[in-house]
Amino acid sequence: MSAKEYRTASSARGGLLTVADVPNIAFGDRVHIRDQQGNTRNGQVIRSANDEVLIQVFEGTAELDLESTWVRFLDEPVEIALSPEILGRIFNGLGEPRDYRPPIVSNLRRSISAAAFNPAARTYPREFIQTGVSTIDGLNSLVRGQKLPIFSASGLPHNRLAAQIVRQAKLPDDDSRFSVVFAAMGVSYADARFFEEEFASSGVLGNVVMFVNMADDPPVERLTLPRMALTAAEYLAFDLDRHVLVVMTDMTHYAEALREVATAKGDVPARKGYPGYLYSDLAEIYERSGRIKDRHGSITLVPVLSMPSDDITHPIPDLTGYITEGQIVLSRELHNQGIYPPVHISPSLSRLMKDGIGKDFTREDHPHVSNQLYALYARALETRNLASIIGADELSARDRRYLEFADAFEQRFVQQGEDEDRSIDETLNLAWDLLSTFPPQALTRVNETEIAKYHRQSA
Amino acid sequence: MTQEKKKGTIQEINGPIVTIRLPGVQNGEQVRIGSLGLYGEVISLEGDEALAQIYESTEMVRPGEPVEGLGHPLSVELGPGLIGGIFDGVQRPLEAMFLKAGDQIPRGLSPLPLDREKLWHFVPSDNLEPNMPIINCARLGVVQETETVEHRIIVPPDIEGELIELAPEGDYNLEETIAQVRDRHGQVHHLKLYHRWPVRKPRPYESRDNGIEPLITGQRILDTFFPLLKGSKCAVPGPFGAGKTVVQHQVARWANADIVIYVGCGERGNELVDVLDSFPKLKDPYTGRPLMDRTLLIANTSNMPVVAREASIYVGITIAEYYRDQGYDVVMLADSTSRWAEALREVSGRLGQMPVEEGYPAYLASRLAAFYERAGRVETMDCGKGSVTLIGAVSPPGGDFSEPVTSHTKEIIQTFWALSKELADARHYPAIDWVDSFSADVGTAAEWWHENIDRGWEKRRAQALAMLARDAELSRIVNLVGPEALSSAQRWVLEGAALVKDGVLQQSALDPVDTFSSPEKQFMLLDLVLTVYDEGAALIELGVPVQELSEMPVLARLRRCKELYDSSQVDQLKAFRDEALSDFKAIHSEYAQRGEQTA
Repeated sequence: MSAKEYRTASSARGGLLTVADVPNIAFGDRVHIRDQQGNTRNGQVIRSANDEVLIQVFEGTAELDLESTWVRFLDEPVEIALSPEILGRIFNGLGEPRDYRPPIVSNLRRSISAAAFNPAARTYPREFIQTGVSTIDGLNSLVRGQKLPIFSASGLPHNRLAAQIVRQAKLPDDDSRFSVVFAAMGVSYADARFFEEEFASSGVLGNVVMFVNMADDPPVERLTLPRMALTAAEYLAFDLDRHVLVVMTDMTHYAEALREVATAKGDVPARKGYPGYLYSDLAEIYERSGRIKDRHGSITLVPVLSMPSDDITHPIPDLTGYITEGQIVLSRELHNQGIYPPVHISPSLSRLMKDGIGKDFTREDHPHVSNQLYALYARALETRNLASIIGADELSARDRRYLEFADAFEQRFVQQGEDEDRSIDETLNLAWDLLSTFPPQALTRVNETEIAKYHRQSA
Repeated sequence: MTQEKKKGTIQEINGPIVTIRLPGVQNGEQVRIGSLGLYGEVISLEGDEALAQIYESTEMVRPGEPVEGLGHPLSVELGPGLIGGIFDGVQRPLEAMFLKAGDQIPRGLSPLPLDREKLWHFVPSDNLEPNMPIINCARLGVVQETETVEHRIIVPPDIEGELIELAPEGDYNLEETIAQVRDRHGQVHHLKLYHRWPVRKPRPYESRDNGIEPLITGQRILDTFFPLLKGSKCAVPGPFGAGKTVVQHQVARWANADIVIYVGCGERGNELVDVLDSFPKLKDPYTGRPLMDRTLLIANTSNMPVVAREASIYVGITIAEYYRDQGYDVVMLADSTSRWAEALREVSGRLGQMPVEEGYPAYLASRLAAFYERAGRVETMDCGKGSVTLIGAVSPPGGDFSEPVTSHTKEIIQTFWALSKELADARHYPAIDWVDSFSADVGTAAEWWHENIDRGWEKRRAQALAMLARDAELSRIVNLVGPEALSSAQRWVLEGAALVKDGVLQQSALDPVDTFSSPEKQFMLLDLVLTVYDEGAALIELGVPVQELSEMPVLARLRRCKELYDSSQVDQLKAFRDEALSDFKAIHSEYAQRGEQTA
């Protein structure tokens, strides 16, 4: 660490500070900025030339004056101190404690911008995680090491669903050590409190590391926060052999902070003012989940994001969907009907499901049952549209059966209690209850053996 | 000619774009920068200064650190040892790097792409003798690279002259000289089992040739409805979750190509792991050997540095051309070209170039066209035939096909496999939309189908497509006024289209029988479904109610035929057809009798 301070700031604009007449400073270097009042702010070098650097100031440049601003270059990247003591602690986006307890003291410090995992080092995730939520387990199964976001919107119960997943997620017949890393970006006090109380009441608090940036905290800190959280998660998973579930909320606030900084830097905007590198930037975060050869731990990532104006084609959900391995989409329509969790199954998807379910994993009929429910529900929604135009009375008997199926599916299969923890067998049996309202020949996605074994009319 | 390496210093670092002072450096030259020796490429010159794009993260690199010019553009090593491997976007071997450096990819590491220790058994061509003139791309001999692939060792495209010496049959490593050639300037070239070639320069060929036969992928909607010729170009656009990756994987698995090159360009790491895991266990339906024996992977996952992403598809296509020059039919899959275009956009944005559409630079269209034009069926320099078929996935933002990358791509390609969100939401896979997709090669493909499978192919294909179009039209009416408004014949069209969708178009990649359909089975299924439709239509004329036909048990079984009989059981499909026909005949005679009675 260099003790030398520079008082050569030449411009301050947005969250960016330019400092002239400096020696060769490393790109990405961490910076301390002492202002007029003697308070220290944090920053990072985002462009470095021979004699001038551009610094991103995490706390913003408000109330800085160029005369009495002192800049010190620390000659180290942004890092986090790691030890088993991080469990049960709460940090801010810079890795500083925000629970009024002392900072972590450790010789192990890691740069938060880790190098990419070598694809040749990964192993394919295939262990089914039972969340106890039928729409996820039955139709969009989560596997260990997957990244599966929840696409939500303002006013929908995404936090309650995320908390339920944290509470209930387990591998059938497995009691290995697990941890939760919780990353909150730009959340309200109410939301932060909700999660804290959830973790406390379910008794997992000692296994949780929280990184919290409130809605009124500096937005620039939201850019480092998920990287802090994931570096901690990698430590827990690959150094301490734990299975880590990372919940991140709300990725929309993260992307908005990125846009704010990009605009201040003068980056060329692509869509809706977001920089062209939003995809790569999000990928750097999401791709840190997974499983690694010869390591016991894993990182499963459940990011939560709210779709601006419920629009799934907005750049944030759109680019996220291109990176993650599926998505769970919440629907305002179902929510307004009082259905919890309001999972809209048609646009929801789990890409890794195919290799983590079926014989040897869940149950042999699982893949076909899932497919069959999807096909019937798609047809049933079409029928419901038709009924709204010509009236339900005009429908044929066959079509009315679809209409009844749609209602039963939403009321019985999708709908469940917040504390209701359904086993995968319960979920699949429930599915067969619904499938059995159709004659066997109408079920073309399940095979004949499965019909013989599970269809209520056959049994 | 020995070149002294040029030395210089770093002036400025702006993410992956670095300004260097390096007098005499050439545009496009490879550089190593900083004390870590990060790899990069010069992209513009201004006086003594140059801008370089760096393939690795520049974190903690500082101005004043040294720079070295390597004197050559980005090149790949071409020789035995490529197949079965996985390389990053600048051809670094990822397996070797994992063994050497662990889970994460460290910076500045540059192991050689091809193994130098390994011995290959070289068999020289028996038509070559010393003092013979030898042309470029002439075959010096062969090496058995994998069980499936015979690697033909060819003279590099930029060398020709007189053969001085050719090594006898034996085991050689990559650095040993296997031939000496004196060019017309009298310079003697020592040829090895491998050579290098710059990736941005298309490899030469004698002449272009027309495509003559379709690439068989075993996927019914692709082969039967939207055929792609060997040597042709194709785009697969679709919103996320529509199944682009599964379509690409299915083609990589089952296409009747000699070599498959899969470029994961800015996509998910786990998808490549899926290929690495499953391909060695899957059998090539044509040779019966593991699929990995003909496959090679280029991986620049979405979290790897963006500049190497731009390079990755050029690395892939250059290797594809190299196998083409050996006389092979090569399929290259690029997933996804949109990520490549975004890498272009990111670099151009950092250079402050004027954006035109959605931030993309003005040269997007020309770069895309130049890339796709490297596909084709050619006569190679040594008078063989080879082809590169290029299949590019496109990821349009929000699924909007009017965005720049999709629309520019659409102008260049011949076959367009459009994926639909609606079909995917209903779990109709492959979710290829029969309305938006097209193939400009149906005529040529028809000749092949007529000659090799059945003369009725083109007619049956057209009949099915017309029925699907009619179905879309009628469905609109149903959605407005209900099914009662349709005549019996019209309702039978809806039933027929549903049979085509369920029995032919839908194909499960996960079902061991259904995942691959031979051309014979494809035609048989289509013919079977249409025969049933035609028979039913005739009965409707006789006054048989649609209801009665729809409830015939034979229809439910027809929908399952695709997964009940594999490609070797076409006879059983024929037997099933006879059975179905007799069922219809029974109804026919029943109604014909009734008709006579009433008459």
